[in-house]
Amino acid sequence: MSENLSNKNEPSNLGSKSLRLGKTSTRVIEHYVAPLEETPLAAVDKVEEGGAPLSLWAEAWRNLRKQPLFIISALLIVLVVVVAIFPQWFASVSPTSCTLNDSAEGPRPGHPLGFTLQGCDVYARMIHGTRASLTVGIFTTIGVLIIGGIMGALAGYYGGWLDNILARLTDVFFALPLILGAIIINQLPLFRDNKSVWTVVIALVTFGWPQIARITRGAVIENRSSDYVTASKALGLSPFGALVKHVLPNSLAPIIVVASISLGTFIVAEATLSFLGLGLPPGVMSWGNDISDAQPQVRNNPAVLLWPAAALSVTVLSFIMLGDALRDALDPKARKR
Amino acid sequence: MLMFTLRRFLQLIPVFFGATLLVYFLVFATPGDPIAALSGGKPMAPAVEAALRAQYNLDQPFWVQYGLYLKNLVTLNLGQTFSGQEVSAVIARAYPVTARLAIMALAFETVFGVLFGVIAGLRKGKLFDSTVLVASLVVIAIPTFVLGFVLQLVVGVQLGWAKPTVSGSAPWNELILPAVVLGLVSLAYVIRLTRASISENMNADYVRTATAKGLSRRRVVVVHILRNSLIPVITFLGADLGALMGGAIVTEGIFNVPGIGNLLYKAILTGESATVVAVVSILVVVFVVANLVVDLLYAVLDPRIRYV
Amino acid sequence: MIGLSGSNMNKSPRPAAPGIDDVPLLEIRDLAITFDTQGGEVHAVRNAHLTVMPGETVAIVGESGSGKSTTALAAIGLLPSNGRVSGGQIIFDGEDITHASEKRIIELRGNSIGMVPQDPMSNLNPVWKIGFQVKETLKANGLAGSNSKERVAEVLAEAGLPDAAVRAKQYPHEFSGGMRQRALIAIGLACRPRLLIADEPTSALDVTVQGQILDHLDRMTTELNTAVLLITHDLGLAAERAEKLVVMYKGQVVESGPALEILRNPRHPYTQRLVNSAPSLASKRLQSGKAREALAAAAAATTVEVREPADVRKMEAVAHEGELSSHKKPAGRGETILEIKNLTKVFKLRGSLGKSTDFKAVDNVSFSVKRGTTMAIVGESGSGKSTVAQMALSLLAPTEGSILFDGVEVNTLKGKALFDFRRRVQPIFQDPYGSLDPMFNIYRTIEEPLKIHKIGNAKSREKKVRELLDQVSMPSSTMQRFPNELSGGQRQRIAIARALALNPDVIICDEAVSALDVLVQAQVLNLLNELQEELGLTYLFITHDLAVVRQIADDVSVMQHGRLVEQATTDEVFNNPQQQYTQDLLSAIPGAQLLI
Repeated sequence: MSENLSNKNEPSNLGSKSLRLGKTSTRVIEHYVAPLEETPLAAVDKVEEGGAPLSLWAEAWRNLRKQPLFIISALLIVLVVVVAIFPQWFASVSPTSCTLNDSAEGPRPGHPLGFTLQGCDVYARMIHGTRASLTVGIFTTIGVLIIGGIMGALAGYYGGWLDNILARLTDVFFALPLILGAIIINQLPLFRDNKSVWTVVIALVTFGWPQIARITRGAVIENRSSDYVTASKALGLSPFGALVKHVLPNSLAPIIVVASISLGTFIVAEATLSFLGLGLPPGVMSWGNDISDAQPQVRNNPAVLLWPAAALSVTVLSFIMLGDALRDALDPKARKR
Repeated sequence: MLMFTLRRFLQLIPVFFGATLLVYFLVFATPGDPIAALSGGKPMAPAVEAALRAQYNLDQPFWVQYGLYLKNLVTLNLGQTFSGQEVSAVIARAYPVTARLAIMALAFETVFGVLFGVIAGLRKGKLFDSTVLVASLVVIAIPTFVLGFVLQLVVGVQLGWAKPTVSGSAPWNELILPAVVLGLVSLAYVIRLTRASISENMNADYVRTATAKGLSRRRVVVVHILRNSLIPVITFLGADLGALMGGAIVTEGIFNVPGIGNLLYKAILTGESATVVAVVSILVVVFVVANLVVDLLYAVLDPRIRYV
Repeated sequence: MIGLSGSNMNKSPRPAAPGIDDVPLLEIRDLAITFDTQGGEVHAVRNAHLTVMPGETVAIVGESGSGKSTTALAAIGLLPSNGRVSGGQIIFDGEDITHASEKRIIELRGNSIGMVPQDPMSNLNPVWKIGFQVKETLKANGLAGSNSKERVAEVLAEAGLPDAAVRAKQYPHEFSGGMRQRALIAIGLACRPRLLIADEPTSALDVTVQGQILDHLDRMTTELNTAVLLITHDLGLAAERAEKLVVMYKGQVVESGPALEILRNPRHPYTQRLVNSAPSLASKRLQSGKAREALAAAAAATTVEVREPADVRKMEAVAHEGELSSHKKPAGRGETILEIKNLTKVFKLRGSLGKSTDFKAVDNVSFSVKRGTTMAIVGESGSGKSTVAQMALSLLAPTEGSILFDGVEVNTLKGKALFDFRRRVQPIFQDPYGSLDPMFNIYRTIEEPLKIHKIGNAKSREKKVRELLDQVSMPSSTMQRFPNELSGGQRQRIAIARALALNPDVIICDEAVSALDVLVQAQVLNLLNELQEELGLTYLFITHDLAVVRQIADDVSVMQHGRLVEQATTDEVFNNPQQQYTQDLLSAIPGAQLLI
C-alpha cells in the first residue's frame, strides 16, 4: 500500500467518458495523497471503553450540577422544606402569642420584622406560614400527577375512542381557568364549612390535572411508536408491559419539568384563593392568609404585607427556576448524540 | 379551510355542554342543599328562596334542571341579585369594562412581550437576554395581587402618577395601571415563548437556506425568523384574551374596577351564588369561543394546518 | 437539452478561454475550522485544501463527521454560530474571503455562490409559497426585474418542475420530496452563480428520483458553466458525477485527484477502505467463513478492521447449552420456512366529512423464503415493503392472504402460540437511535427478551448476554453502558445481539443498515453474513438499496406501489432484469459501471 505515495500528475479522463455521467474537461488534475503519518487510520467504529457508563439521568445530573440556576433553586428548595418541617429552628417567638400592645409596631430586637395589626410577630408568622403553602403545593402536584398522568398516558397510548373521550374531558376541565374552577368548588357548602388544607388541594387538583394530562399524552404519543417499543412487542412483551417498562420512563422528562413549574403556580393559586377568602381557614397560618390580613393596612404598614409576599415569591421562584434548569438538562433535542 | 372550521366547531360543542354541565353539577348536584349553597350560608328571606327554587327548577329531575339552566343561559335569563336586579343587566353593565381592561392588558403584553422576546431570542445568552429571562421568572413567581398592591402603592399612592382606584365610569386612562398589573404575568409568558420560538427557528434549515440565497440579515430575520416564530405567540395571545377576563377577578378587586371580575369578587364575598354561577358560565363560554378563534387563526397563519 | 433561453439575464456559456480558465474559482488552503462546544474546542477541519476550477465539478467524499459539509459551508460563510475559521484561507475568484465582511459575503451569496441543501423537507420555509421564496432570491440579488412572475416560473421550469406557473403558487407541503429538491435547485441556480455548493442534494430521495435530479443538475450547470462543489457520502455517486474527488477523513483531506483514478488506484489506506466497502461498487455477495479467509490473503492490501467473530466452536457450545436454546433444531437448508401467499393490506385513509378511502399498501404479494437464505425485498418509499415486514412480524394484521411460518398460519396465532412465534422471529429496525430504549443499559436491553420469555436465572442470563456481545464483536464492558454512548453501528450490533438472544430462526431486517456510514454498514453486513453462516439464520431483508442487496441476498423480490414486480435470484436480477422498473432501479445505482 506504500507503493507510491508521492504526488504524480496523470491525465484523468482517458477512456472514461462513456462510464461517467457528469461533465468532463481536458484539464490535468493532480493526484494528491496525504502523508500517512499525518492522517493515521483508526479502526472502523471503534468502541470507546474509557470513562464510567452514563445513563440519561446521570448525564442530566452532570449537566445540572454545573448550572447556577439549578444550584440556587435546589438550595432554596431544601431550605424551604427544612423551614416547613422544623419552623421552631428558625423562629423562637410564637407566631400566635400576640398582644395588641404591639399592634403595628416596627422592628425591635428579637422581632426583626415588626408586628402585625393584631400584634403578632411578622417574622415568626412568615416562618410558620411555610408549611401550609408547601403542603398545598406538594400534595396538589402529587394529585395532578396521578390523575393527569394516568389520563394522559392511557389516552396517548391506546388512542382511538378512549383518546377521543379523554381528550374531550380534558378540554371540558381546561375550559375553566384554575382559579375560577377552584372558586366554584370552594364556595360549595361542603367545602366552605370544612375549610382546610385538603379542601384547597382537592379544588386545585380538580382543575389542575388537565395540563399534566396533555403533556403526558403528548410525550406518550411521541414514544409509543418508537422502534424500541415495537421491538419489545416483537420480543413478546404485552402492550401494557411496553407502556410501563418503556413508554412511561421515556416520557418522564417533560412531565417532571411541568410538574416542578406547576408546583410553584399551585402555591400562588392557594395564596390567591386565601386572599379571596376562599382558601385556607383563617386559623391556618399561611402566607396567603397573612397577605390578605395585611391588605387593609398596606398603605400605612406595607412591610407586613411584603414579607410574607417575599417569602411566597422566593419559594415559587425556586420551583420555577428548578423546572427551567431541568428543562435545559432533560431537553430531548440535546439527548441524541 | 371550510372543512377545518366546521370540524373545529363540531369539536367545540361537547366542550361547551361538558363545561356548563360541570359548573351546574358542581353547584347543584353536590351533597348539601343547593339553596343553602346559593345563599352563601346566610339566612334568606322565604321569598328569595322561592324565587331561587323557581329560577333553577330545583323540583325537576336533574337533566331537566340542566336543560332549563342551559336555556336560561342562552336566553340570558340569569336570575336576580340579592338586591333584586337582573343578573343579566348587571353583567351587561360590567362586561364592557372588563373587555376594555382585557384588551388593554393584551395590547400591553403583546407590544412589550414580543419586543423583549424577539430581542432576547436574537441575542440569546447575552446580558439583555439573561436579564429579561430572570425578570420574567420573578414576575411569574410574584402573585398578581401582591404585584397589584405594590404598584397601587408605589405608582398610585406614593408617586401619584395614576389614580389608585378606578372611578365608576372606568375611563381608559384610569385603566392603564390595572391593565399593566393584569397583563404582567402574561407578559412574562409571552417573552419566554417568543424567545424560545425565535431561538429555535434561528437554527432551522430554511433560515440557513434563506441566508445562502443572499438575503440581507434584516430580511432573513423579519421574513423568515419572525413570521414563523410569531405563530405560536399569536395563538397564545388569542387564548390569553379569554384567560385575562377570568383572571381579572383579582386585579379588578384591588383597583375597584367596576367590571365582571369585581362583580364576581363581591358576589363571592357576599355569597351571592346565583351571580357567581352566571358569571362563571359566561366566562367559560368566552374562553371556549376564544380558543376556537385561536384555532382558526392558527390555520390562517400556518398553511400546513389547513389541510390536516 | 433544457431551455434556458427567453430570459433577460441569461448568460451564454462562457468560452473556455485558457488564460482565464486557469485561475481557480475557489481555492481552499490549509483551512482549519474550530467549534466551541461545552467540552472545549473541537477541531472539526484541519489542513483542508481543495481547488475548484471554473465550470468544474468537484466532489468531497467522506463519512458523517468527516468535516466535508463544514468545509463547504465555510466557503459561503454559513458556519454554525459556535464555529469559526481558525486558520488557512478561502479564496474565491482571486479574492480572499476568509474573513470578508458580512456585507461582502451577502453580496457573494446567491449570485456568485449558490447552495443546494441536503434535506428538501426542512429547507423550504413552510409558511411561504414556493414562488415567493424564488422571487425573494432574485430580488435580493437585483435580478427580479419588472416581469418577476414570469421569471420565477422560468427558473422553476428550468429546474424541471412541471406546470411551474401553477406550482409557484403552492406551499412546500404540497410538494413531494423530489419536487421540493427541484425547487431548491431552482433557488440555488436562480441567480446564475459561478459556484454551486450542493450538500448531499439527493441523499434524502429515492434512487430513481435521485438519478433524474442529478442528471438535471449536470445539464444545467454544464450549460451555465457553473462549477459545482458536490458533497456526498457515496463514493460511487461522487465518481460518476465529478471529475475530481476530494476524500476527507476526520477533518483532513487524505486524498484528492481524478475521480476514476482514485477509484481504480486508491493510494491512501482510508480511500482503499472506502473503495472496498462502497456498496454501490461491490459486485458480488459477501463471502463468509472460510471462503472469506481464503480471499483475505488475496486482498491483503485492504485493511478493514472487522474484529474477528467468536470462533465457531465456542458458538456451538453455546448453541448446545440446554435451557437457553432448547427449541433450536438443526434443520437442513433449503426447506421453506416462511411462505407468504397473496398478502394484501388495505389502509383506510380518513377523508373529509368522515368518509374514508381505501389505500392498498400491499397488493397480492406472494413469495417464500428458504431456511438459511436471505430474501431481500427491494422498493422505493411507498412501495409497501415495510408493511410486508410488519405483517410478517405479526405486528400488523393483513387484510387478506396468509403468512405461513414453518407451515403454521401466523395470522390466527394467539396467546401461547403467538408468544412462541415471537421467540422464533425477530426484527432489526432501521434507526439505530430509535430501536434501543435510551433508559435501558445494554445489559438490560439484551437481557429483556430472555426475561420476557422467562429463560434461565439471573446468572445464566448474564452469561448469555456476555456470549451475545462477543458474537457481535462488542466488548463485555459495554454491558453497563447506555445506548446514547454508542455509535450508530454499535447500537445496530446491540440490536442484533438482542435479536439473537432467543435463538430465532428468522430475522427480519427492516432497512437495518440504511442509516449507517458505508464502512460501518459493510461491517454490520459482514457480521450479519457471518452469523447467518454459523447459526443457519434466515433473513428477510427489507431495503431500498439494490447495492446492499447484492452484498447480502440470495433472492430478491422487487416491489413497486404495493405489488411484486419481479422476483428471482440475486444473480438473475442483477444480470438479466426482466422488468423495466428493475432495470431503472439497477441503472440508478450510482457508479455501478465504473469499476467493471
